[in-house]
Amino acid sequence: MLYRHTGRVIEPSALLPVREERVLAALVLGLAFALPLWGSDYLFSAILVPVLVLGLAGLGQNLLTGYTGLLSVGSAAFMSVGAFATYNFALRVPGLPLLLSIALGGLSAALVGVLFGLPSLRIKGFYLIVSTLAAQFFVQWVFTRVSWFSNGSSSGVISAPPLAIAGIDLSSPGGRYLLALGIALVLTLIARNLVQSSFGRSLMALRDMDTAAAVIGIPIVRNKLLAFALSSFYLGVAGALWAFVYLGTVEPHGFDLNRSFQVLFVAIIGGLGSITGSFLGAAFVVLLPVALDHLQALLFEHTLSSGLLENVQKIVFGVLILLVLIREPQGLAKLCSRLRTKLRSWPFAD
Amino acid sequence: MNKWITLALAAALLGGCKDDKAEASNKQQAQVESKEQYFPLQSYRSGPYAAGGTGFFGGFIDYLQLINARDGGVNGVKLTWSECETEYVVERGVECYERLKGGLKGAPPAAFNPLSVGIAYALIDRATHDKNPIITINHGRTDSTDGRVFPYIFPLSLNPYSEVSAIINYVGEREGGLEKLKGQKIVTLYHGSPYGKETTPILDLLAKKYGFEVVHIEVPHPGNEQQAQWLQIKQLKPSWVILRGWGVMNPVALKTAQKVGFPTDHVIGNIWSNSEEDVRPAGEAGKGFLSITTHPSGREFPVLQQIDQYVLQKGKGNMEDPKRVGSVYYNLGVVNGILNVEALRVAQKKFGNRPLSGEEVRWGFENIDIGEERLKELGALGLMQPIKLSCADHEGGGAIKLQQWDGQKWVLVSDWIRADRALLRPIIEDSAAKYAKEKNLTIRDCAKEI
Repeated sequence: MLYRHTGRVIEPSALLPVREERVLAALVLGLAFALPLWGSDYLFSAILVPVLVLGLAGLGQNLLTGYTGLLSVGSAAFMSVGAFATYNFALRVPGLPLLLSIALGGLSAALVGVLFGLPSLRIKGFYLIVSTLAAQFFVQWVFTRVSWFSNGSSSGVISAPPLAIAGIDLSSPGGRYLLALGIALVLTLIARNLVQSSFGRSLMALRDMDTAAAVIGIPIVRNKLLAFALSSFYLGVAGALWAFVYLGTVEPHGFDLNRSFQVLFVAIIGGLGSITGSFLGAAFVVLLPVALDHLQALLFEHTLSSGLLENVQKIVFGVLILLVLIREPQGLAKLCSRLRTKLRSWPFAD
Repeated sequence: MNKWITLALAAALLGGCKDDKAEASNKQQAQVESKEQYFPLQSYRSGPYAAGGTGFFGGFIDYLQLINARDGGVNGVKLTWSECETEYVVERGVECYERLKGGLKGAPPAAFNPLSVGIAYALIDRATHDKNPIITINHGRTDSTDGRVFPYIFPLSLNPYSEVSAIINYVGEREGGLEKLKGQKIVTLYHGSPYGKETTPILDLLAKKYGFEVVHIEVPHPGNEQQAQWLQIKQLKPSWVILRGWGVMNPVALKTAQKVGFPTDHVIGNIWSNSEEDVRPAGEAGKGFLSITTHPSGREFPVLQQIDQYVLQKGKGNMEDPKRVGSVYYNLGVVNGILNVEALRVAQKKFGNRPLSGEEVRWGFENIDIGEERLKELGALGLMQPIKLSCADHEGGGAIKLQQWDGQKWVLVSDWIRADRALLRPIIEDSAAKYAKEKNLTIRDCAKEI
């Protein structure tokens, strides 16, 4: 990573302006796709897949909260719409390809998102939270109540359709990982291009001051609803992946208010208004408790009661979140971009 | 300065990778040499359901300790275990499953016992793929009773359908015969969750069959306010109320019943409304409350006394509060331990006295046949029902006893009451077949299993 920035013409909208970075990215990507050759089940099922899926959900939240400035605590509701819609499309339309049913699930979530985004035209900030909270409770209630959505399953729990694309079985942990990686990668690239487009900039204009944005001719109504649709689409796809690629099953209760908060924390810890941040935040939220758990097993096995340790672990997790946010209020993404700037000039300046 | 840190980190990472590989080959070697069988415990000792988790896993671990201390393991194969905290959260449970499924120091895992409906559901695909048995004693997905579609899932002893059917049979007994149920009104007050809803269709079916009216009333999670529901019950004037509760909902139900003046001795708690922790917080209101159980509480059973002698008196007991030994959750853990260890014994008879793979343990579970005689040998006569499993039947029991709270402890008030399993079986098979179709599964032919 010995490379320099100075003396080169940089195209600001390019994805990776510096050649060395492109090489590095290609290497990382190649490695990521080749990983199933030697990675373990644990690595895929317990670490990489949840990080990717939660990262995608965080990205959805970020598009709405980070880029457009609309606060929402209904993310889990849109995720569950995506999951249940995907399930029903796959079940009721015979022969529908998996990717298409996931996309249709995302679109259904987008529709519901627009519906619950309507109040955002009149209210802002904390008041909007209340309206998205309503989405959270309403959607969960519907899926528990109407058994048609779960194909008459008496308990309301649904299970994954067969995971296969073009006849290739993806149900192994490595296959699930590749599926999640592929979808997350494509959607992330799209999101990245979207926020750099004039549409993305108009969203940020809305966030920074909507009156001014209206004055310069940005269509507020359309853009706010589009932001809801876009964000819900991402959340819907993430919900379908969470349910079927990660867990393999889901109940309406799996997408409760806690999940919404989790997604919101991913966006905040990762960095609001940052795409990389969403994935960094997801990694933080998924990996830190696991790491703490491993550490505790290593250090204190059999010495302290496990119930006590479990509660200590929660305190440590909370304190670490606080520390990160105090040290870097703009999230892990900012930390990362500072590192990148440093690497560009390293080792010639420190 | 920073570069040195980076370099050190990179070196550590590389070193870590190397170690992993070495460990993997060690593991393979150890697998051959190990003389231990491993129980991966996805326990929960914190969070809202800690009372259930600590009791159940405490009893389970104490029984495993008893087998090691008294018999030196199962036919010379020592039992080991380690815990991974799930907090009853599905993702944590999945992470724990993936973490533990590789075994412990070469000892292969026998069976997983997550004691959580949500986690069990999430493990169905994984465990079937990895060939690891999942035990969901007294709970779980009802149609997993059909072992032809769910080869690795075991809702041992009592699935939700049997539970309700047995309760109705008891009510019939109290009313003087099932035909007397005609025209009666029964309310079921259920927890607003998949677990709570699971039995709705079966109650409707039984209502049609016996001609009684059933009214389903939902209590939204967590259920700490039930005034409206109980006022409705008061108006309906049902002859019985079935309480299908969970956690804090149970004591609140009893207190509110007393407040609106509904007699608690006509409230029947289901299998997750039957512990000391469910009724003690209700105080006086809990007196007279009936509930079902598959495993009476108490310490008078020989197996509990042996646990006392070999484990508790040596100061090795797992319970932080020794007073909870012999409670409903603890005894369920002991019963669960008995069934797991018995499966090992049965499988060892076929495969040899060595640590077994998940597939072999599955065979053990499917061939469990514990009669009265064997129960006596196990010191568990009266603690659990006779149970016989097969390739097609992963439940095997289906009987309950009724117990009544006298203000201090549970008192048994009935003998074993059987569910109408013949009536339930076709419904279970239908549901399992539907699942198999959804997932493109081939149904196992039990005639070909040996």
